[in-house]
Amino acid sequence: MEMAWVWTGMVTLSLVFGLLSGNLDAVANAALEGARSAIELSLSMAGILCLWSGVMEIMNACGLSAGLARLFRPLLRRLLPNACRDEETLAAVSANVSANLLGLGNAATPLGIRAARRMARGCGGVASNELCLLVVLNTASIQLLPATIASVRAAAGCAAPFDILPAVWLASALSVTAGLLAAWLLSHGRAER
Amino acid sequence: MNLSSLVIPVLLSAVAVYGLGKRVDVYGALTHGAEEGLTVLLRIVPALVGLLTAVSMFRASGAMEWLSALFAPALGLLGIPPETAPLMLVRPVSGNGALAVASDLMASHGPDSYVGRVAAVMLGSTETTFYTIAVYFGSAGIHKTRHTVPAALAADLTGFAAAALAVRLFFGGG
Repeated sequence: MEMAWVWTGMVTLSLVFGLLSGNLDAVANAALEGARSAIELSLSMAGILCLWSGVMEIMNACGLSAGLARLFRPLLRRLLPNACRDEETLAAVSANVSANLLGLGNAATPLGIRAARRMARGCGGVASNELCLLVVLNTASIQLLPATIASVRAAAGCAAPFDILPAVWLASALSVTAGLLAAWLLSHGRAER
Repeated sequence: MNLSSLVIPVLLSAVAVYGLGKRVDVYGALTHGAEEGLTVLLRIVPALVGLLTAVSMFRASGAMEWLSALFAPALGLLGIPPETAPLMLVRPVSGNGALAVASDLMASHGPDSYVGRVAAVMLGSTETTFYTIAVYFGSAGIHKTRHTVPAALAADLTGFAAAALAVRLFFGGG
């Protein structure tokens, strides 16, 4: 439901500001342009999505994802106890976390979606506490090597683009902790319906 | 050569070699998984159309500039440089937009300035929150997202404040 509020708020604010600033033509064009760019983005990520779903399938078939799952089980069992009871969900979450740490955002999304789809089965369109936690974990960045940002810094003429790493790690750790804490507090505040 | 260019090719070949060593039909598994990727894509498209339409309208309307000006004084209190307000507003909704705003900040303030560094750390310690939420819940068929949005935004806000804090801690300035 929150997304409904966010969406309505953004569209309505755009209308109001478009009227006030005389940008209404631009806003009207932007609406159509945005919808078009969604298809462009979908097409551009289609190949990557299929590729990493395929790699995940290979990893499942040859036992690599089971090994990965064993590695992450001690940590994930605490965060997502129900999801960890299902081997394949645990494998997908483990792969998702690994891809995030490696900074492979493009690979992390299909793997995380795989886990989310399994976790959402039989819940009638209502996100469980653990599914909320998985999504919050993915909205907070946990990458160890922010290669894209380093390349932007290098492009801006920075001599040591990776010198911000310790700062990125500290800020990431704090933001992930805050997200997990907020999810945990809110899930206890509101009963699961 | 960039070290990060090594990750993807090495990963792909390592998985394939290992799988073949285990006598797995690697190619068959790859195409089978890719087929599943397509069905996932079909469920993501509607969510993306909704989200990107609103984001694009919002950016074109000038609301972003107004909100940035509105938030600037409050940011000073949190120790966040007010110059980064547009970045903080774009970051949760558009990855490419945030990259563009951050490059702009680095170009105008210098990549090794306080503002330039904070912008880079902000970019590195947060994600495209609403895009992630739309894609995950869209593909999983979830309508009631419950406490996900407030919790994710709490993480973002902490990440922004922590970025400014961490840069002051490691590099001084501000």
